[in-house]
Amino acid sequence: MSKIHLTTTVNGDAVEALVEADETLLDVLRNQLALTGAKEGCGSGDCGACSVTLDGRLVCSCLVLAVETQGRRVETVEGMAKGGVLHPLQQKFLELSALQCGICTPGFLVAARALLEKNPDPTETEVRYWLAGNLCRCTGYDKIVRAVMDAAAEMRGA
Amino acid sequence: MRYEAPDRIEKAVDLLASAAGEARVLAGGTDLIVQMKSEIVEPDLVIDVKRIAEMRGVVEEGGAFRIGAAVSGAELKEHPRLRKVWPGVIEAANLIGSTQVQGRATLGGNLCNASPAADSVPALIAAGAKVIIAGPAGRRELAVEDVVLGPRKTALAKGEIVVAFVLPKRVPLAADAYLRFIPRTEMDIAVVGCGVDLTLDPAGKIIAARMGLGAVAARPLLVGEAGAAIIGSSLDEPALARLEAAARAACRPIDDKRGTKEFRVQIAGVLARRVVHIAYERAKASAKVST
Ligand SMILES: Cc1cc2nc3c(=O)[nH]c(=O)nc-3n(C[C@H](O)[C@H](O)[C@H](O)COP(=O)(O)OP(=O)(O)OC[C@H]3O[C@@H](n4cnc5c(N)ncnc54)[C@H](O)[C@@H]3O)c2cc1C
Ligand code: FES
Ligand code: FES
Repeated sequence: MSKIHLTTTVNGDAVEALVEADETLLDVLRNQLALTGAKEGCGSGDCGACSVTLDGRLVCSCLVLAVETQGRRVETVEGMAKGGVLHPLQQKFLELSALQCGICTPGFLVAARALLEKNPDPTETEVRYWLAGNLCRCTGYDKIVRAVMDAAAEMRGA
Repeated sequence: MRYEAPDRIEKAVDLLASAAGEARVLAGGTDLIVQMKSEIVEPDLVIDVKRIAEMRGVVEEGGAFRIGAAVSGAELKEHPRLRKVWPGVIEAANLIGSTQVQGRATLGGNLCNASPAADSVPALIAAGAKVIIAGPAGRRELAVEDVVLGPRKTALAKGEIVVAFVLPKRVPLAADAYLRFIPRTEMDIAVVGCGVDLTLDPAGKIIAARMGLGAVAARPLLVGEAGAAIIGSSLDEPALARLEAAARAACRPIDDKRGTKEFRVQIAGVLARRVVHIAYERAKASAKVST
């Protein structure tokens, strides 16, 4: 089976790759484009560690075929820091120690950014429901939720 | 595996109808890609329908809504009118999975995956929704309750694709609601799902009622007797008792890790009672919402 020539935009850059029809976006990001921020926690849509946005929508990249992104716009955690300056969410996660092993962190950051783009002033309940598809086995979630709330407040103030 | 993303229905139907091996429609992929990874299905051809404009939009036509089968849950939720007019359908669709799953999951996929526990299906049945199906022989319509025949089995013939759902024009004093029971508060599969749609007269008497039940039989059910049990009432206790009995009598459940048969039958009655109250209050309040 011949490979498919994929042209898409990742974090604002035009990228090309040769992919198999059944390869997931997650595998292409990690194995071909050297973007290893998105993690494979489960591969079945349950954990959110592979979260990216596709045309601005939060999705699990493990449940997207890479070929579906032809001519579309993908954003990953690698696009969050700008010119060496961390995104306020990243900064808050560090300050408040909202991570331990860090496997879930890129997914939480991408998901939280998608939330704050839609709703800059979420309640704690809204944050918890929005992030219900992101699993963390280490932190107990509290620090993550607090970091998102604090980052939101800071971003509103800025 | 071959991948195609046609931009016209006719092309998609052609591809699907003429495929030699196993061919599958791909909508949001939240069932299909999971099944491909676990080798439950191994398609030779996948036809992505998300570039077909007719399947991707929500149109209001003379008070009826036509919802493209490939519109995602996240898009449905953002539609300002749909949420007001069909709150039950939208709350059911939005129970499917996480925010990430909502970014992809569609009504077409939820129905055509043909799981007995699919959340949007009982709500669509209650709403009296129809599907528009395109196939090699042209187009036809089917009531949602007639699409799923059993686990993983639908009434779709080879080459047929669900193009859109049609929600009928709303009359005044009518509303719908959906409730499900799951062992946790989020992210689980329904043990029972119950959707209802009610129409009231100005005195608050129920003049039309439809109920859909999910996860209690091999396919989602339209429970005619449950609707009939409350017509003519204003949800007085005898009517509610009849409703509860009719909902329970319709159940043909299985035992699984989420619940026993007895538990499912019990819960079906409990949810039926709770959900009609929600729909009833919404229907009364709808008098104030201009349509
Ligand atoms: C983490 C997770 C949580 C979930 N939680 C829930 C839940 O709470 N409740 C629930 O009901 N479901 C749940 N699901 C299942 C799934 O998300 C839903 O069933 C969803 O609606 C499927 O839609 P899709 O667009 O992703 O379908 P796809 O996976 O694209 O398709 C599903 C099936 O339908 C066929 N199909 C799709 N569209 C059409 C069409 N237009 N015409 C003909 N055939 C078609 C496909 O060929 C395939 O066989 C969950 C899934 C995941 C991964
Ligand atoms: S790896 Fe995609 S959701 Fe877990
Ligand atoms: S920090 Fe380890 S899984 Fe979240």
